[in-house]
Amino acid sequence: MRVKLFYFAKVREALGVDREEIDLASSIQTVADLVGFLKSRGSAWHTAFNELSSIRMAVNQQIVEDDHAIRANDEVAFFPPITGG
Amino acid sequence: MAVHVQEGLFDLQIIAQKLKKLHNSGASVTFEGYVRDFDLSQDKLDMLELEHYPGMTEKALLDIELLASQRWNLDDIYIVHRYGKLKVGEPIVGIIVFSKHRKEAFEACHFIIDFLKTDAPFWKKEITNQKSYWVEAKKLDDEEKNKWN
Repeated sequence: MRVKLFYFAKVREALGVDREEIDLASSIQTVADLVGFLKSRGSAWHTAFNELSSIRMAVNQQIVEDDHAIRANDEVAFFPPITGG
Repeated sequence: MAVHVQEGLFDLQIIAQKLKKLHNSGASVTFEGYVRDFDLSQDKLDMLELEHYPGMTEKALLDIELLASQRWNLDDIYIVHRYGKLKVGEPIVGIIVFSKHRKEAFEACHFIIDFLKTDAPFWKKEITNQKSYWVEAKKLDDEEKNKWN
């Protein structure tokens, strides 16, 4: 299934990418599965997702926990804790 | 209810005067946040750069307005938040709450800024004459929000 991925702020800088569209293997069912897959992409990805333990996730612009199920055409975003206001 | 996410400056006094004419409110409370001139390591701060998540930001702010309007009896809520490069002393965020009585307006405005601090996807980068770095989220912000539960 095809999904859109977005990365913001410190996460975006650590990975050197702000957005991408990818096809996920059928074994990837949840956000946690997706994180596992992204970590396998190489050391920068592994380090970023490991060190940024406080990484927040949103699916279709709603903050979710990592057991959230992913569906085709979802927009999944990864970002650090919020610091606005 | 309205939310505005914009790069440009805003004048909260003028907005408040305009909105006041639309409502027969007994009270309004406004909150305005500005860029401070110091950072945590005490270097001189030149500028703040605010990144946000277009689309989700507007949605999150509207959700906060909805929560506040369900909790208190309010006449209107207005939120404006900037992104991009902001100079020291410039406004970052403005909130105006109109209600029949002062208590609702004070409480709702306080509630809205506390929720905005943890739920609206903005990230601050401080830029000094030496370096630039992302601002870390404060545990205190979560605690302030959780007090409303």
